[in-house]
Amino acid sequence: MQKVPFVTGYLTEHFGDDDYATLAGYRRRGGYEAARKALTEMSAEQIVELVKNAGLQGRGGAGFVTGLKWSFMPKGNDKPKYLVCNADESEPGSFKDRLLLERGPHQIIEGILIAAKATGAEKTFVYIRGEYAHPADVLERAIEECRAAGILGAKCLGSDLAHDVIVTRGAGAYICGEETGLLESLEGKKGQPRKKPPFPAQFGAFGMPTTVNNVETFSHAPHIVKNGAAWFRGFGTEKSPGATVFGVSGLVQRPGLYELPLGTRLDEIVFQHAGGPLPGRKVKGVIPGGMSMPILPVSQLDVPMASEFLRERKTLLGTGGVMVLDDTVCMVRVGCVITYFFRDESCGQCTQCREGTGWLNKIMQRIERGAGSLADLDILLDVAGKMEGQTICAFADAAAWPVQGLLRHFREDFEAHITHGKCPFPQSFEL
Amino acid sequence: MVISAETRARIDAAIAKYPKKRGALLPALHLVQEQTGWITPEAARELATIFDLHPIQVMEVVSFYNMFYDRPQGRHHVHVCTNLSCSLRGSRELLRQLEQHLGIEAGETTKDGRVTLGREECLGACAWAPVLRVDETYHENLDVDAAKRLVDGLE
Repeated sequence: MQKVPFVTGYLTEHFGDDDYATLAGYRRRGGYEAARKALTEMSAEQIVELVKNAGLQGRGGAGFVTGLKWSFMPKGNDKPKYLVCNADESEPGSFKDRLLLERGPHQIIEGILIAAKATGAEKTFVYIRGEYAHPADVLERAIEECRAAGILGAKCLGSDLAHDVIVTRGAGAYICGEETGLLESLEGKKGQPRKKPPFPAQFGAFGMPTTVNNVETFSHAPHIVKNGAAWFRGFGTEKSPGATVFGVSGLVQRPGLYELPLGTRLDEIVFQHAGGPLPGRKVKGVIPGGMSMPILPVSQLDVPMASEFLRERKTLLGTGGVMVLDDTVCMVRVGCVITYFFRDESCGQCTQCREGTGWLNKIMQRIERGAGSLADLDILLDVAGKMEGQTICAFADAAAWPVQGLLRHFREDFEAHITHGKCPFPQSFEL
Repeated sequence: MVISAETRARIDAAIAKYPKKRGALLPALHLVQEQTGWITPEAARELATIFDLHPIQVMEVVSFYNMFYDRPQGRHHVHVCTNLSCSLRGSRELLRQLEQHLGIEAGETTKDGRVTLGREECLGACAWAPVLRVDETYHENLDVDAAKRLVDGLE
């Protein structure tokens, strides 16, 4: 795994150092001092206020305000309370959490301890996707080190907080990244999302009050406790403070991970940091935040990467996974790959999603074969529109949005297939 | 009994970590597969007894998750990511070449039981596409020749 080029640098600054994943190496660079401060000098309310003031938003895709989420946990100790670290990173185009797990496991555990103090949770379950065997091993080793050193256990870092961290491996199901699908899976069931309310803060893992945060979200917490809310707000935009780790993939010169402030312009990420298109090619479109987020054409890349700006272009930040497509690429094939994925991963609970994802894929394939008609484009939009906002979880929306985005900006690709009766992009990637 | 005493001891250790027994079902399925390669009907019945469930409740979990198998598998799994970032970087061609090389299609196992070939959705290694997974290990930035050599080297 390569070193992460960074501008802001607080999350990934030491990721090039091999000993940073060990307890000794992490401590040498000031590790666990923020947790010590939170556990011994701060009240739960103070931590929640601090994280709220910093304006940290969840980095798992939905972008909910973290401090507010922590404040939803019931006070008092009549029931056990839990934290869940969502390490099920499965959004296509997203690969930052793998790096954070492999290179900065103690940074995550430190964030967990801070959140545990803030919420009164006695245990954290890290739910990690089954394919991440190596990151899970790295994290398990870090947890063992912490237990042996008294950082986790009955008196964490010598404070009154008792906390332990359990790692649970998933087994290959995208839907388990949805927080209530995750909770079901954690309980040993099929990962089918729950109806809400009740929300996890009332009825979460094993029926107990639970807060679910993403790997990266936890990783920010130590830096906020150490440096303060004003420092954190020195990065990013007014409405989206802090940095994030953007993953850039696809047809660019330097695919990789880049830690940058939120609000960094998308064209800066694609053309400067990632080096722009391959020789002799031109950028055609960019998916800005993981595959569920609607695509933008090259003419609209002058947008700051923060949800308040992306929303004006009818897309969102998602997980910050930037996928770059160049002028060889057939957008109908892109549609085929995307709709196949969602058809394959739908959990099957809701009719709109179970049937809709299949229809979208079938129609998309028909158009790619050259057997589509112009009416199919209306059917695609009709089906997508009837999936949106109609289901138990946001998966159906995530399946509908990219189709809408492709038709909004690249309708001519679709029409060309239909009028020529075949795919007009001979150079495009193989399907 | 299909589940060995050693696996059973590890399952019991996993159960102790969760507030409710069933929380250890996914870990237990991983452990049984480690021992037997797939979840046999007998193993599912034994797991059902351990977890106070009906066998169908174990089997529906097995069928829901891609990484649990309800039929015999090859000694090694070779899974090629065919999601978007990998497709853009030639993973479909890579998979096609491996299919020809091994004489099987994705989803099938070689006659000698050596390799089960599969396609996989995003593995979270998009910057190093194309990516394939051999059992629990990722191999990144592969070309067709390197992938063939890798597969040929599997016991």
